[in-house]
Amino acid sequence: MTTLTDPPKESFQLSMLIYDTRYRSMTIQIVALIGFMLLIGMIISNTAQNLADLGKEPSFGFLMEPAGYDINQRLIEYTSQSTHLRAAFVGLLNTLLVAFMGCIAATILGVIIGVLRLSKNWLIAQLMSVYVEFFRNVPVLLWIVFTMAILIETLPAPRVFKGVETGSVVFTNRGIYVPEPLFARGLGDFSVFGAFDVSIDLLVILAVLFGGIYAARKVKLRADKTQEATGDRPTTWHIRLGLIVVPTVAVLFALGFYLGYPELKGFNFKGGTHMRNSLIALWLALSLYTAAFIAEIVRAGIMAISHGQTEAAAALGLRSNRIMSLVVLPQALRVIIPPLISNYLNLTKNSSLAIAVGYMDITGTLGGITLNQTGRELETLLLLMLCYLIISLSISAVMNWYNESVKLKER
Amino acid sequence: MKKSVIFGALTVAGFAAGAAAAGTLDDVKARGKLNCGVTTGLVGFAAPDANGEWMGFDVGVCRAVAAAVLGDPSAVEFVPTTGKTRFTALASGEIDMLARNTTWTFSRDVDLKFTFVGVNYYDGQGFMVPKDLGVSSAKELDGATVCIQTGTTTELNLADFFRSNNISYEPVPIETNAEAQQQYLAGACDVYTTDASGLAATRATFEDPAGHVLLPEIISKEPLGPLVRHGDNEWGDVVRWSLNALVTAEELGVTSANIAEMAAGTNNPEVNRLLGTEGNLGEMLGLDAGWAKNAIMAGGNYGELFEGNIGESTPIGLARGLNAQWTDGGLIYSPPFR
Repeated sequence: MTTLTDPPKESFQLSMLIYDTRYRSMTIQIVALIGFMLLIGMIISNTAQNLADLGKEPSFGFLMEPAGYDINQRLIEYTSQSTHLRAAFVGLLNTLLVAFMGCIAATILGVIIGVLRLSKNWLIAQLMSVYVEFFRNVPVLLWIVFTMAILIETLPAPRVFKGVETGSVVFTNRGIYVPEPLFARGLGDFSVFGAFDVSIDLLVILAVLFGGIYAARKVKLRADKTQEATGDRPTTWHIRLGLIVVPTVAVLFALGFYLGYPELKGFNFKGGTHMRNSLIALWLALSLYTAAFIAEIVRAGIMAISHGQTEAAAALGLRSNRIMSLVVLPQALRVIIPPLISNYLNLTKNSSLAIAVGYMDITGTLGGITLNQTGRELETLLLLMLCYLIISLSISAVMNWYNESVKLKER
Repeated sequence: MKKSVIFGALTVAGFAAGAAAAGTLDDVKARGKLNCGVTTGLVGFAAPDANGEWMGFDVGVCRAVAAAVLGDPSAVEFVPTTGKTRFTALASGEIDMLARNTTWTFSRDVDLKFTFVGVNYYDGQGFMVPKDLGVSSAKELDGATVCIQTGTTTELNLADFFRSNNISYEPVPIETNAEAQQQYLAGACDVYTTDASGLAATRATFEDPAGHVLLPEIISKEPLGPLVRHGDNEWGDVVRWSLNALVTAEELGVTSANIAEMAAGTNNPEVNRLLGTEGNLGEMLGLDAGWAKNAIMAGGNYGELFEGNIGESTPIGLARGLNAQWTDGGLIYSPPFR
């Protein structure tokens, strides 16, 4: 007869938390977590206690009080009687504007420089190397201040233009004035939630333009289909161009489109669109600086593509321009995009150096004047951090989505 | 268990906060140095000279306080602050007092929790324009580009002035006085606005001071004075009465030239109380009897500081005006030493 013995019942003892390797790492992690949370708790309670002692309990009520100061560059309606919240919003839009312009300019410049740096022309390649080394090895703050100093010191003051016939674009040391689009029979503005106004003219023009582009794409797809089926490609470029241009021009004509030119009146030019020095300096410096990094990324991306690809494309009879745009760049994009995202984020965060040239971004309004006038350091800085976090995460999300769409599909 | 640790941390934090808030006088004595916040550089008020020595009217107040507390006018650590960083520096305890032509306003006193101990200069916001602009009044500035230092009351005054006169302007915010000067001289702005005293001081450093005029409008009241944190009244008293000692010394005719003689004893009881040969005012403040004498000897009385740094004999050339003694029809008035 055989006796079956049960395996010894596993009993859990407290000491096993330390001596049993199965539990030990978990124990250590939990202890470390508790310690970490205690530290955070202590910092928060210490801050709260100190603020309470100073009689400054955290509160966000100040955001609804009138700001009392003026902002020169405002993309939405704002007066000194508007609230601090609106001032922050004006600053936020200014940040987004310079970040958007900067990312586009930096990308275009960066791609061109990166490609040229690989050029077989010795002079061009060396010049581009000098550019890259020069720009990325000097702090961006210096570039910003330097660009501003150049703009201020080299361009003439507006009063020099007194009695002088000015062209449609005027360069002064207060900024550049370019003609602005105006509409004699405009449709007025459309108020979004009563918070800000959007020009209906702009919306109509954009809608017609995108409609035209969409139609042109349809025509092109049909032409592609015909080509695949019959081998003959119908000539469609004039139809496509017409689909885009004719309706847009018609709408512009219907709205009574004309250009408003800048004119010297009193101390400054009136009319036209005023691109302030601060915006130009910040935009130029940020894009030139970031372009140097993007150029290196583009160069790395291109060099990551095996040379065999280029040779194979050449063997098929493609010219070198077509090889670059059809074979190399599409594959290089997969390597380029992830580091490109982090450069876009850097550019956006570097835009907070704007105050060095007096550009009123969100750091200048919410984190500058509002902070100073209300004395609410903690609240404004927390809001500021939140804003930058949201902007950065949004850029990452969009770029990651784009990365998904271009990366190698493995099936 | 966990709860009690948190409460323990809270109490420790509470004690730490309490300790930081009180006893600035003891802190300064123990440190042997006064941390005094000044501007990043405004000639006449506070700026380092060719030898790196801080000189100026506000610097004089710092030195007087250091002399009163520590007996040594050079025992001062000058901390340059911008319009934006000054309040944070004071509130956080990085500096013991701020003497940085700072305007005494309701919200700074009440909401930002500071104590203004007095006024050492009665000022007002003015405008400076190049002479060849041909402007004679600030009301003619419609559409002008105006350089302003950000983080100051001037921004708010400017917005109010232009709004109430129903004229427009383009503000150019600037971080420091030096940058403002550069932009103004290059013609990137038509007008530079700040306190009239600051304008005079800035103009004095120009190559061609006569080419620039100050407009007659003074658009605000700017009582400038030293300030300390709320909640430490003993320290506030020390700074307040050091300043008052300088003012009273001028009123009583005590100067750095005759102070040694007067400190030996005079037949004017108020002078004797001030200089510590009679009564125990120093002891009440927690200082030694010669505190006021040291403060006055540091750079002279109020009038001497004014004349030596910003007065009519200096390049800045400010008249006493409102800042004359009350006996001469000005606003400078100290409560009695009694």
